[in-house]
Amino acid sequence: MVDVTLWSSMRRFADGQETVSVAGNTVGEVLQNLVTSYPGLEPVIEDGASLAVNGEYAGDSLQMEIKEGDEVFLLQRVRGG
Amino acid sequence: MAFDQEKDQFRVLGTRPDRPDGLDKVTGKARYGADMSASGMLHGAIVRSPHAHARIVKIDASKALAMKGVKAVVTRADFPDGQKGEDWNIMENCMAGERALYDGHAVAAVAATTPWLARDAAKAVEVEYEILPHVTDVDKAMQDGAPVIREGAANYSVPEGMHPNVVRFIEFGHGDVEKGFEEADVVMENSYTTEATHQGYIEPHACLAQMGSDGRGELWCCTQGHWFVRRMSAACLGIEVSKLRVTPSEIGGGFGGKTTVFIDPVALALSRKADRPVKIVMSREEVLRATGPTAAASMDVKIGMTKDGKMTAGKAVFRMTGGAFPMAPVDSALACAFACYDLENVQHEGYDVMSNRPKQAAYRAPGSPMAAFAVESLVDEMCRELKLDPLEVRLKNAAKEGTKSSAGPTYPRIGLVETLEAAKAHPHFTAPLGPNQGRGIASGYWMNWGGETSVSLALSEDGTVTVSVGTPDIGGSRASVAMMAAEALGVEYEDVRVNVVETGALGVNEPTHGSRATFATGLATIEAATQAKKTLCERAAAKWGIDAEAVIWEDGCAKPSGPNAGEFPPLSIGEICAKMGRTGGPISGHFEATPMGFGGSFGTHIVDVEVDPETGHTSVVRYTVVQDAGKAIHPSYVEGQFQGGAAQGIGWALNEEYIYGEDGRLQNPIFLDYRVPVASDLPMIDTVIVEVPNPGHPYGVRGVGETGITPPLPAIANAVADATGQRLRGLPVSPPKILAAIKG
Repeated sequence: MVDVTLWSSMRRFADGQETVSVAGNTVGEVLQNLVTSYPGLEPVIEDGASLAVNGEYAGDSLQMEIKEGDEVFLLQRVRGG
Repeated sequence: MAFDQEKDQFRVLGTRPDRPDGLDKVTGKARYGADMSASGMLHGAIVRSPHAHARIVKIDASKALAMKGVKAVVTRADFPDGQKGEDWNIMENCMAGERALYDGHAVAAVAATTPWLARDAAKAVEVEYEILPHVTDVDKAMQDGAPVIREGAANYSVPEGMHPNVVRFIEFGHGDVEKGFEEADVVMENSYTTEATHQGYIEPHACLAQMGSDGRGELWCCTQGHWFVRRMSAACLGIEVSKLRVTPSEIGGGFGGKTTVFIDPVALALSRKADRPVKIVMSREEVLRATGPTAAASMDVKIGMTKDGKMTAGKAVFRMTGGAFPMAPVDSALACAFACYDLENVQHEGYDVMSNRPKQAAYRAPGSPMAAFAVESLVDEMCRELKLDPLEVRLKNAAKEGTKSSAGPTYPRIGLVETLEAAKAHPHFTAPLGPNQGRGIASGYWMNWGGETSVSLALSEDGTVTVSVGTPDIGGSRASVAMMAAEALGVEYEDVRVNVVETGALGVNEPTHGSRATFATGLATIEAATQAKKTLCERAAAKWGIDAEAVIWEDGCAKPSGPNAGEFPPLSIGEICAKMGRTGGPISGHFEATPMGFGGSFGTHIVDVEVDPETGHTSVVRYTVVQDAGKAIHPSYVEGQFQGGAAQGIGWALNEEYIYGEDGRLQNPIFLDYRVPVASDLPMIDTVIVEVPNPGHPYGVRGVGETGITPPLPAIANAVADATGQRLRGLPVSPPKILAAIKG
């Protein structure tokens, strides 16, 4: 299981939890399982929300590997320039 | 991918060879967007709304169409419906539907045989408007009773009860800010504003479009990202993406503003209707009225600090408007706001607000300069209140590797402390100041980006190298990519040619944005070169009759290596390539990926200003940029990026602003009234390149294009405060504002 910390404006879509635990070995699997466990997060993720894994922004790299114990943040979409 | 720690001596990297595009540019041979032409070409002109907000009652183009030489008129009715999300926003911005949403919004377009006729015909198009109430100020747009730009535009993030113009809400942070403020000896809270500014690229948008009767099209345009242009234009026209081929021209500046489309779908629609090629070239007035400036911002910042300068908590509440559409960069502004600081307690709130302004586009580190202005101004105010050295306070609180960032994730290896130390050691920092002069410092950050990237590298029969890339060269990336290819292959820089190729030649490439080109395209080029080297070694091994594993690539040659490899003279790249047709076929390398590990860049700036107490005019008398480049591939280009960012930031701080009248119309849509700094306004901008290698790149590269615009806004404001004793919290700190503050 991977512990995912949510930005506070997303917590209302996950029963108010700051950190949720989901299964998954890649960014794509974790995002999919977040939606399965917390359907309210679907529009957040569809909008382009991304994970940061051990300080590295995953962006659109759904294949990026994640393992138990990694630091994982779910961030609302941050647009670059 | 780990940085090659063992290789810290480079043959090509770090040198300063001539730029490959230099000769064409100084001799006028380089072809920009407006230089393109085609047989039978028509010229397009766009009819624009003179109103900030109006319902389009009727468009009558009969008089225009009756003019000899006018071949087509298009309105929104000539584009299909059905776009969703951001595609709909782009369509609506390129051509208004039911309402004009800002001064300058396109409502129709004509194509005619000459540019002058097209302009006259555009004036002959009669548009009947019902003028509606408008709002251009971000704070007023959020208030009860403000005109609603578009009902139902808010996304999932906006809590109930907010004004419909609030379309996105963001909140994040960690720790307990109230506890942090209680632990402070001094807590200060102030509000700051910045106006919208334009990227100010010298080359206006231009394109040439040709749609065939078979539904396929070609487009030549100046852009930072032709795959984006292809996708967006295809969505507007309702055609499959692959039916459109887009070729980029040379580009006279972009700074983020050429990562989207404004005229391209319109030119394609005109071409489709007229069955002739159509060229559109924007005027400067059109560029300022109807292409993306950055957002306007209204920001509240609160910081707690102990007497010895330890920051105990920080809170930022930002409101930004990116015009009549969502996507003001409030998210990245907040992510950067406290990025320089190691804060146990930090809280951010952001509101993306719609108003009757043009649709904002990315502008060099979108959002970060405004955020830095607010936070770094308040830090400076607190240092003055507590009589602390602002640089020492920054060092005391600096984020470093292992720090929990203000956005949450833990920082990998970063170089903020190194930039602060280098600034502290620079002679500028301790140089004496003259009368009416003041000094300001500030730090800034941009997170950078990787993005979809595809590169091909092909070897010629003589061993020279062609690299095909998909990232338009807006800041020297052809030189840096050629240098990395030369380094990786062991060939001369002059033997590598880098071409920016059209959309049919490679897989999807994101634009040159997010300071990604040298990082991502460079990384892909190194990987493509590695593939080519493997093939070169295999060809040499076959010739020698030994295992490929017994061949190494060194100094541009294949060499036998290992105890059983045998004795053979090295085979050069030219010798192998001369026979490649007979030894297995062409030799090339290809790489495509969405690379991660892009590594953010921090910078610290020092500026001295002199303020004329009689006029309020500010002169920048000395300026020093210190920034982490990871590894400077071509130091002159890196320095140029540092200087360019500083110059744009100085303009933003001192003069540049969108000025709207009571009628909601832009009052200064020409460069005489919208004043960017020119060479005579600027001193020589000194630069210090700090190199803290990025572990995510084989050569340690960090993007450098954007961070440089972040510190100038607060650094200038801090220097003006030092010179005058007056703190100005709204940009630009223009002469009238300074004079009013001095005179009380």
